[in-house]
Amino acid sequence: MQPLAAPVHGELSKRLDLLVISELVESGSRVLDVGCGDGELLALLAEKRGVEGRGIELSQSGVNQCLARGLSVIQGNADTDLGDYPDDSFDYVVLSQTIQATVHPKRVLTEMLRIGRRVIVSFPNFGHWTVRMSLGFRGRMPVTENLPYSWYDTPNIHFCTIRDFVQLCRVVEADIERAVALDVGGTRMTLNAPWWFWNLFGQQAVFLLSHPDRPKSGG
Amino acid sequence: MASSRQSIPVDGASQARSEADTPSSRVMRFGLDQPLRLDSGQFIAPLQIGYQTYGTLNADRSNAILVCHALTGDQHVASDNPVTGKPGWWETVVGPGKPIDTNRFFVICSNVVGGCMGSTGPASTNPETGEPYGLALPLITIPDMVRAQAMLVDALGIDQLFCVAGGSMGGMQVLQWAVAYPERVFTALPIATGPRHSSQNIAFHEVGRQAIMADPDWRDGRYLAEGTSPRKGLAVARMAAHITYMSDEGLHRKFGRNLQDRDRVAFGFDADFQIESYLRHQGLSFVERFDANSYLYVTRAMDYFDIAADYGGRLANAFMGSKTRFCIVSFTSDWLFPTVESKTVVRALNASGASVSFVEIETDRGHDAFLLDEPVLFASIRGFLSSAAAARWK
Repeated sequence: MQPLAAPVHGELSKRLDLLVISELVESGSRVLDVGCGDGELLALLAEKRGVEGRGIELSQSGVNQCLARGLSVIQGNADTDLGDYPDDSFDYVVLSQTIQATVHPKRVLTEMLRIGRRVIVSFPNFGHWTVRMSLGFRGRMPVTENLPYSWYDTPNIHFCTIRDFVQLCRVVEADIERAVALDVGGTRMTLNAPWWFWNLFGQQAVFLLSHPDRPKSGG
Repeated sequence: MASSRQSIPVDGASQARSEADTPSSRVMRFGLDQPLRLDSGQFIAPLQIGYQTYGTLNADRSNAILVCHALTGDQHVASDNPVTGKPGWWETVVGPGKPIDTNRFFVICSNVVGGCMGSTGPASTNPETGEPYGLALPLITIPDMVRAQAMLVDALGIDQLFCVAGGSMGGMQVLQWAVAYPERVFTALPIATGPRHSSQNIAFHEVGRQAIMADPDWRDGRYLAEGTSPRKGLAVARMAAHITYMSDEGLHRKFGRNLQDRDRVAFGFDADFQIESYLRHQGLSFVERFDANSYLYVTRAMDYFDIAADYGGRLANAFMGSKTRFCIVSFTSDWLFPTVESKTVVRALNASGASVSFVEIETDRGHDAFLLDEPVLFASIRGFLSSAAAARWK
C-alpha cells in the first residue's frame, strides 16, 4: 500500500494550511478528514468549530494517536475505502496535503464530492518558482525543506500546480467556491491576483469545492 | 454424579466436572420466576450464571466493563483458572495498570449460557431429572447469551456499561449488546470478529461436531450419565479448530517442518513433526477442561449468528441511531475472522452515522493474536478507553 498521509511540509507551514481550512468550515458541521495523520486538524476543528469529525488514516501510528485523542478514525486508504461512505454523509470532506500521494487523484476527488456537500483540498503547488528553478536551471527534481523526498522514494506520486488543479476541478465538474494561496512565509496572497501569479508565488493552495447539483454555501 | 466423576480418570477433568454446577467463582441464580427467554421460543429456568469481577464498582455504578469470552474461554479473565491452574485468559489486557485497568474500572466476566464453567449448560444438572441436561438443554444463540448477561448486569444494579469488550465469539456478543441494548453500552470494543459466521467457519465447526459425535463414547450426548467421555472426538475437534486460530506464516515461523525429538522421520504415524505433537497436546489438554456437549452448543450458537438477517439483510439498520462509540480491531493474518468481516461492520456503522474507529493490526499470529502480547492492540485499547472515559466523566 502507498503511504498516503506522509507529511509533505514542515510543521509550521502545515499548521498554517490547517488554520485556513478551519476557517472555511462552518461550526457544528460533520467533517471527514481523509488522510488525517495524527488527528491535528480534527482536534483543531473540534476545539475551534465544535465539529463532529471522522478520520481515515493509513499509518498505524497516526491511527493510534487519533484514538488517544478521542477521535473516531478508521485505518484505511483514500484510494480504496471512500466507496464505503454513503452519498452526502458529511458537510465537508477534507483532503489536506494528501492528494499528491493518491494513486487516482481524479477518482478520489470524485468520491469526495459524492460523500460531502463540500470538499476542501490543500496541496503543495508544484508550479512554485523554486520548483521551476530546480527543474529549469538545475535539471533536477526539487528536493527542498518543504519537499524533502528524492524522486525515487517519495510518497508523492501525483504532484500538480495550482492551474493543474483548477483544470481537474473542471474535469470533475466541481465548482470552486473559494481558493486561497499561501506564500513561502505562510501568509495569504492578494485575493485579486491573477492565477499565473498564484501559480508562480503560491507555495501551497487551499480550495473549497462544491458539486454544482448540490446547494451552495449557506453562509 | 459421584460415579461418573470417578469413571473419568483425570484430576483436571473431575475438577472441570464439578465447576459445571458448583463453580469456584461468584454465582448468580435466577429462579423459576425469572426464566431466560431463548430465540428458539423455549425457556431456561432456573438459570445459573458463573461470573468473576475485578476492581471496584464506583458510587454511581458507571465504571463497569463487561468482558465477553470466546468459544472455549470462561469467566476467569484475570485470575488463575481453577481447572488448569494457569493465569486468566486475558491477563495481558485486564488487570491493575493494564489497558483495561482494574484500578479504574469494575470488570465483569461471565461464563456464557451453554458453557461448562458454572453457567447453565449441557453439563449442568437438570433439576427436573437430577441428571446432566445433555442434549435436553434447548439450543442457545449469541443473543440468548447476551440476554443472560443483561440479567446478570441488571442483578448487579448496573444500568449502563462503560464498555463491552471481547474477541472472536466475545466480539459477536459485543456487537449483539450494541444492537440489542444500545443505550446500555457507552463504548463497544469488538476484536477479531464479524457480524455473522461465514460459511467456511460453519464448515470448520461442523467438522469438530462430527468428530465428537462420531466418538462411540459420546453416547448420543449421554456420556456423563453413562460414565464415559468422548475424549478422542473432542480432542480432534480442538485440533482442527486450533489450526484456524493460527496463520500459515505463524505456524512456519514457530514449527516449520521441524521434527519432534528425532533426527529423521520414523516412517510411521507417530508424531514425527513438532506441529503434530503441538496439536495433539492442544487436543489432550483441552479435553481435561471442556465439556464435549458444551462444545456442540457453543459452536452452534456462533454458526447461527447473523445480525443483518434480523434487520432485513441490511446491517446498517441494526445500528441506526446508535450513540455507542465503537472501536473495531482486526489482525492482518486472521483468516478465521479476516479484516473484511470487520470492515463490513465499519461500513455499516459509517452508513448509520455511528461513531466508529477501526484498527487493523499487522501480525503473523492469526486469529489468536487478540490473546497474545500485541503492544499495538494494548495501545489502541488504552487510547480508546481513556479518551472515552474523558468524554464520559468530563
